Amino acid sequence: MTPLDEIEYRLEQLSSGGHHDKQTAAELLCLGEEVLGHWIVARGETPTRDRREGFRLLALHRQGAKGTPSFNACRETCRELVYRYNLVMNEPDPAKAAVTAAMAVLVAKHLFLFVSGKMEVEGLGEFCCSSRALRQASQ
Amino acid sequence: MDQKYRRVAYYPGCALEGSGHAYNRSTKAVGKALGLDLVEVKNWNCCGAMEVKNIDPKLQTYLSSRVMSIAANDMGFDTVMAPCNGCYHNLKKAEHDLGQDPESRAVAERLSSKAGHKTYEAGQIETIHALDWIKDAIGEDGIRTRVKNSLAGLKIANYYGCMYTRPRHIFPEKDQGADSESTSDPHFMDDILAAAGAEIVSFPLKTACCGGAHTLSDSDTSTKLVLNILKAAELAGADVIATECPTCHSGLEMHQIRAEKVFGERTGVKILYFTQLLGLALGLTPRKVGVQENISDPMELLKEKALA
Repeated sequence: MTPLDEIEYRLEQLSSGGHHDKQTAAELLCLGEEVLGHWIVARGETPTRDRREGFRLLALHRQGAKGTPSFNACRETCRELVYRYNLVMNEPDPAKAAVTAAMAVLVAKHLFLFVSGKMEVEGLGEFCCSSRALRQASQ
Repeated sequence: MDQKYRRVAYYPGCALEGSGHAYNRSTKAVGKALGLDLVEVKNWNCCGAMEVKNIDPKLQTYLSSRVMSIAANDMGFDTVMAPCNGCYHNLKKAEHDLGQDPESRAVAERLSSKAGHKTYEAGQIETIHALDWIKDAIGEDGIRTRVKNSLAGLKIANYYGCMYTRPRHIFPEKDQGADSESTSDPHFMDDILAAAGAEIVSFPLKTACCGGAHTLSDSDTSTKLVLNILKAAELAGADVIATECPTCHSGLEMHQIRAEKVFGERTGVKILYFTQLLGLALGLTPRKVGVQENISDPMELLKEKALA
């Protein structure tokens, strides 16, 4: 899996401008899957390869929310990412697709911020004083 | 229109007496302008959000049930309106738990008896949000006929936050068809402000987390989440983000300033309560709807749009 800080760096790159297209939308979907994958792995599970409504992202969200109802706070963000992906892929006008893809970048970024923040709060990630490594060492 | 909602018990909650005072002021002003009666719940208490709920969810259920008990048993109301998402959510959760969970009922009975008031029984009262109140008591047609100062030309991104629709099981009246509110794509605020003449923009983060719960423990994450919401609203072309929750509203306003200070990222989109925008459309002055109490100053925009 791509490390979380690399995902964050890539999302920052994408949100700082440049031309966005169908390739961007596809990349964002993969990045979203990776973000959810981190959450699932940190909870000791294996990220599913299944799809839900045609998208692995939605199956991963469902898996990640099992037993953690508050994780549903990013359910619509995942669905919006899928929706924007569909819009971009079906948009014949590249200029319109670029605008939609730019919005999808912010949606993907929100998913990243929410999930990484939640990992930090739950002590599941490698973060400063709540870092899993430090916590485990002290136990 | 639903006559039942023309006179309701009003539960402002703690935030509307503090940081969300402009929401309190504008809700009351809009109610008065629309001929709707709000009767404040006597001697109300905190609903238990979020601190109590995180430590003792059953105590939170009791605290919320006490508010509903006073409104139903002491004041004789069958509807209580809570404009704050946190209060609305907690009263709904209490209603659900008291109906489904015998342990919650036992705790509520014990504490109600100790506090010397009648125990609230599930089903005695209906809890609604300020959006339900306006939408059902007045409706879009009713708003259109009362608009004195159209919001035409004002592009609005409606931000509902995460507690208005989640978790779905405590809102059984939602997702019941076209006229009901949707938990995945809420639209009542869109409907109300569109009826007041505003242009509603497509806003993908309308129910996304604003990081309100992390504001004190991890301010940077909250600021980044809010900044992302603000940027998305601007990219959608919005002049204003309309809010319907005092916690979300304060978070958006405060982190907009913090984003500029800490990350050097400035956003210009204005943040107003939906009741402030509706009040302006109904011909109320900015002062009457508490615009002066907002952190960011929207007066230049309001003047530009002939709303002040």
